[in-house]
Amino acid sequence: MKPSVNRLLPLQIGLLGGIIAVLIGWQGMIVAFSTRDIIGNVISMGHTLLFITIFATGYIAITHSHVTRSVDQLIAGGSAGLVASALIVVSVWLGNVLPLGAMLVNAVPQLYELLTFKQGLVMGSVWLLVIGLVLGSLAALALILPAKIRQPIINALVVLIALGVLQDLVTVTLSNFDFLTPIVRFFYAANGLSLLGAIILFLGFAGGSYLWSTYSKNLQSRIDRLPPTRRRTLRWGTSLLIVLILLFLPSLVGLYLSEVIDNVGLYLLMGLGLNIVVGFAGLLDLGYVAFFAIGAYTVGFLTSPELGRAALMDNWWPALPFGVAMAAFAGILLGIPVLKMRGDYLAIVTLGFGEIIRLLALSDLLKPYFGGAQGTRSIPYPNIGPFQISWHPQEFYYLFLAGCLFAIFISTRVKNSRVGRAWMALREDEDVAQAMGIDLVATKLMAFAMGASFGGLAGAIFSSKLTAIYPHSFNFMISINVVSLIIIGGMGSIPGVVVGALALVGLPELLREMAEFRFLIYGIVLVVMMLTRPEGLVPEARRALELEEFKEESAAESASGEEAVVLETPGQQ
Amino acid sequence: MLRRWRERVNLTDIVMFIIGASILALALTGTVLNILHPKFTEQQWWSFVVDGLTLGSIYALIALGYTLVYGILRMINFAHSEVFMSGPFTAYFLADWMASTGFLEENLLVGLLAIFALAMTISTIVAVLLERIAYRPLRFAPRLVPLITAIGASFFLQYFFKGLYGPNIKVYPEITALRTVVEIGAIRIRYLQIFVIVAALLMMAGLQLFVMYTRTGKAMRAVAEDKETAALMGIDIDRIIVITFVLGGALAGAAGVLFGLTFKQVKFDMGFIPGIKAFTAAVLGGIGNVVGAMVGGMFLGVTESIGPSLFLDPLGVPSPGQLKDAIAFTLLVLVLIFRPSGILGERLAEKKA
Repeated sequence: MKPSVNRLLPLQIGLLGGIIAVLIGWQGMIVAFSTRDIIGNVISMGHTLLFITIFATGYIAITHSHVTRSVDQLIAGGSAGLVASALIVVSVWLGNVLPLGAMLVNAVPQLYELLTFKQGLVMGSVWLLVIGLVLGSLAALALILPAKIRQPIINALVVLIALGVLQDLVTVTLSNFDFLTPIVRFFYAANGLSLLGAIILFLGFAGGSYLWSTYSKNLQSRIDRLPPTRRRTLRWGTSLLIVLILLFLPSLVGLYLSEVIDNVGLYLLMGLGLNIVVGFAGLLDLGYVAFFAIGAYTVGFLTSPELGRAALMDNWWPALPFGVAMAAFAGILLGIPVLKMRGDYLAIVTLGFGEIIRLLALSDLLKPYFGGAQGTRSIPYPNIGPFQISWHPQEFYYLFLAGCLFAIFISTRVKNSRVGRAWMALREDEDVAQAMGIDLVATKLMAFAMGASFGGLAGAIFSSKLTAIYPHSFNFMISINVVSLIIIGGMGSIPGVVVGALALVGLPELLREMAEFRFLIYGIVLVVMMLTRPEGLVPEARRALELEEFKEESAAESASGEEAVVLETPGQQ
Repeated sequence: MLRRWRERVNLTDIVMFIIGASILALALTGTVLNILHPKFTEQQWWSFVVDGLTLGSIYALIALGYTLVYGILRMINFAHSEVFMSGPFTAYFLADWMASTGFLEENLLVGLLAIFALAMTISTIVAVLLERIAYRPLRFAPRLVPLITAIGASFFLQYFFKGLYGPNIKVYPEITALRTVVEIGAIRIRYLQIFVIVAALLMMAGLQLFVMYTRTGKAMRAVAEDKETAALMGIDIDRIIVITFVLGGALAGAAGVLFGLTFKQVKFDMGFIPGIKAFTAAVLGGIGNVVGAMVGGMFLGVTESIGPSLFLDPLGVPSPGQLKDAIAFTLLVLVLIFRPSGILGERLAEKKA
């Protein structure tokens, strides 16, 4: 059946896009992002965001209205873009008449200046409308172009925006190498890319992408044709390169980025632990921060000399196994009461558990042991024997690296073991798993204990890195962060956890303007991810299969729904 | 002998029993010590109870939203705490404006009605949008998927309103007419508290009548019982679900205004803790059960209010008020362990999992 063409749909989508654009402005994003230029003095990040929103509105309007003729596509895209920008114009005029600033904190004059391109109210509105029309039509043009040309252009634009957005990362990293300085100076202006550099980069990447799409199959087949020995060398070479990069990463990237990488490592470690509970066994734990806190506080309790007594241990290393073991024990202790709970109930009880731990750490009741609101301080650095080195983020990197590699090793080994397969059976269907002879109690407790122990390890390292721990470092947000990263990476997928940690922890640290909108964006990403790609960015094969089944089922469901509608129509006539 | 004993009694059951028994023993010891060495006056105890009932009626109103949605969709609407926040956070601006012009004090009834109407409308809109955008497409998805969506939506809404109205605490206007204190024997109660409790009771009674005696209410109960059969009987499932979200949203918005009037402040993350507690209340009363939510809310409110002084203070816990929230969470864990069907909720027990 050919979907019918709805003439009004582009306008409706344009209206929706306009509302979203106005709300993005009222969230303060456009103003916050306007300080960073993508291309120096030409276009800022804030305007890029605005333009992408309008462009996407046009694009969605065209694809959803199922028009096929080029003229129709141009009309659909252009009208959607025009409507969206008209709505922004309305918001600007409204902001000039009404004292919206009293209610909406981000409806500031600066926003209107940015939205009207500093051209004044009337000229700015005209500009906005023209840009809306042009961007909507460009979306149509992008769809009309053959994929072979469209894809390289989009790729090059994405790379350009990424290079502009991540300018600090690129310039700081490259500034470690003296011989690259002139190149960096050429491509980057004081703020953003230089205009000439941007044009060259765009052409370069578009051309490169075009060539790649034409010849990459060729290259792949040439690799496939290599004799096995040569192929093995190639593989070993790549692995060696990765190992070398991992080993020398901190000295390559400098202090600031090492700190960022440490943070990624911390969350990666926690993510790997929670991945066992949520990803492998399918038990949604929203109180994972509790185990992180228990690991940290156990180490603090054992090694801190500031709790009104001499420290029980004066080195960090002997305390480490206690931290991990206490966390694992807490995992079992929490696991027992929730054995019979599933899904929602489990989520909320674990959430409550995480809060109880934080409240206890904060309370005066346990102040003699954990320091209450003042926290536990003077936790020693992880020195080995007589080697006293100064512990900077660059040195801690190796500790995180070791921890993560260890966790990845354990995770991969366990995943394909008997226990791992039992977890996956549990995730798919608990009752069937039990009927197949899987011991639910042992299997579940194993998952909780193992997941918790990784969290404890992360907490132990964290306590030493900061040398002081406070209850407020262990709030609910950490649990949400960890849950989000494994879901976005792909539940149960170990490469997914790495990708998730890089995307959710690394990116916001590099983009300080984004930090304010971090949880807003997490929320959107989680919802959109569940609606469109519930298996995650790097899906795990079996999990993807499980979700595929659901898609087929719901497709069948909606198909039967349509049938019902068809059956009803004769009665109405 | 030992083997037979081991077959009958599960190790995990023993551990659970020990955990539960020790918590109960602690609470009992505290109570007994309290009776032996009275530290608080009768008046103080009554004020704890009144505070608890005020808080409890707010919890109960929020809990109804959880219960209604759970009864029909079998999912915890994690974002319900943000539905609760959005209404009063928006209505604050109206309340503040009316208070600054003096309108609120002069026309108290009209002013309050306007605040309630605005808050309930906003909360309802948020709830309905939530259902339409986030939940409806996932109605047949595996359980974990809508749950994660709900968590994501909850975060999005929280930070969306933070971005919109700012991160600061907004102070609700003080209404002088509601500050008067009446004394009934040893009980001292403010007009505001009477207002909150009565308003909550009225709304709950209204909801109960609606669910029990109207045509739509009957349809709701039918859908809660069995979606497919209800659909075959000609009930429009989508419409019933939207109505459920409308009811839950409106009650949450009203609860939010009562919360704002009682505690004087609203903030973007004000929904988080009351949300969890209201969920606890819903579970306590038996989730899916309207009367249960009221009973659970009141019970939780009172326990939380007198708990620190009754159980913890005599045991020598320093500043027991800090552990108020911990008591509520412990109660949640205990109920889920020992009586997951709740105080009144036998009916839905087997459908829980």
